Amino acid sequence: MSEALLTLRLDDLHRELGARMVPFAGYSMPVQYPAGVMKEHLATRASAGLFDVSHMGQIVLRPKSDMAALALALETVIPADVAGLKEGRQRYGIFTDDSGGILDDFMFANRGDHFLLVVNASRKHDDLAHLQAHLADAADIAMIGDRCLFALQGPQAEAVLAALVPAAAAMKFMDSHVVASDWGELWISRSGYTGEDGYEISVPGDHAEAFARALLADDRVSPVGLGARDSLRLEAGLCLYGNDIDTTVSPSEAGLNWAIQKVRRKGGAREGGFPGAGRILREIEEGPSRIRVGLSPEGRAPMREGTVLFHDGTEVGRITSGGFGPSIEAPMAMGFVPPALSAPGTALEGEVRTRRLPVTVVTLPFHTPTYKR
Amino acid sequence: MRFTEDHEWLQAEGDVVTVGITTHAAEQLGDVVFVELPDAGRDCDAGDAVAVVESVKAASDIFAPVAGEIVEVNEALADNPGLVNEDAMAAWFFRIRVADASIIDGFLTEDAYKALVE
Repeated sequence: MSEALLTLRLDDLHRELGARMVPFAGYSMPVQYPAGVMKEHLATRASAGLFDVSHMGQIVLRPKSDMAALALALETVIPADVAGLKEGRQRYGIFTDDSGGILDDFMFANRGDHFLLVVNASRKHDDLAHLQAHLADAADIAMIGDRCLFALQGPQAEAVLAALVPAAAAMKFMDSHVVASDWGELWISRSGYTGEDGYEISVPGDHAEAFARALLADDRVSPVGLGARDSLRLEAGLCLYGNDIDTTVSPSEAGLNWAIQKVRRKGGAREGGFPGAGRILREIEEGPSRIRVGLSPEGRAPMREGTVLFHDGTEVGRITSGGFGPSIEAPMAMGFVPPALSAPGTALEGEVRTRRLPVTVVTLPFHTPTYKR
Repeated sequence: MRFTEDHEWLQAEGDVVTVGITTHAAEQLGDVVFVELPDAGRDCDAGDAVAVVESVKAASDIFAPVAGEIVEVNEALADNPGLVNEDAMAAWFFRIRVADASIIDGFLTEDAYKALVE
């Protein structure tokens, strides 16, 4: 706890914009700007929000022999189809441990002559060590320290970015391209974590401020902090590492079977071969003993992380993310329940300040994504 | 008007003390999305958590700064919690009938509260 907080390269810009800074994953981060969480959230859904996510880890893996060998090496730590990922494309991935728990979740991209991983800030040093321990023979592995990372999200993101970087317009959801620009070499992916169309853009550090200011100069763009980033991702039904997933949660429990493509499952050409494969593949076939669901509390009172869930007076689970959804104008939560209680419409109770209040299992997401596929 | 170190304001009128949260508190909380109020008629001790205010981010307790009977609550906040952000000094939470209204003299003056939050 005594370790000093790291500051973002654009710390001064955030303060100039009026950000309130809070500690997060070892960094001093903007949690909100003067507009506030509610308005920032709604501005992202209505127009475009700019998020500085430079605290996240950008890890580059360059093959020691060839990309095909490195892809197969990555499949020993990631249960996804890495070898089948085409150049210029990215995919959602997880690292698993021997017990079938989740060490981190991230995006990985095939960039032709190397792979790029964008990982959670709180896990990036462990992720780097994990990769070095397992892939040192297959790759040169480096954490990129001289670049900033921005997310530009919302229905106007394409028009805004294309005005500065025309090549962005032609990109499709989950494309990952390297683009030359006035701000140096940009690493652009059409993705994000808000349930909106948009981009994540890695910018050389010495061009980052000018690039951010160029985006913010567009009236359609609002700066958005971590507060709204959390409400946006929860409305989109997306997991937050450390809340909804960690080493005690398996992919099936988390509802992440879709991140394990058929080729890696039972009967697939490259079945298993990753940590925890026995449990993970068995749960895909037979189902897990608990599963992540969406939860809609009755009334206006939010049910927060840690709220205990009951059914017929018996404790059946716990909420792992909970808050208020500005776009749905209602409280929303995600939590884990037994499969028998996971059907949408199932009536449960959540204990809020010693009172048990009604909460209903609902289909995720709360807000339907608008990705440009 | 007086203030507490928990960022509440108190206004005495006769033997009834009206309680709300300060503008500083409302700014720190951010957008208020839910207010849970006590039942009128209940007795409280000073320091009892009698109400809850929830922002998009977190829940915070509102304490009874003085002992007495809660005689009235501001139902308008239950229907429109955003009133707290619009004008915190007008968005009262509840009123407490106290034995001796001079009790509020022991709380922070406006100057002392300003010094605390600046």
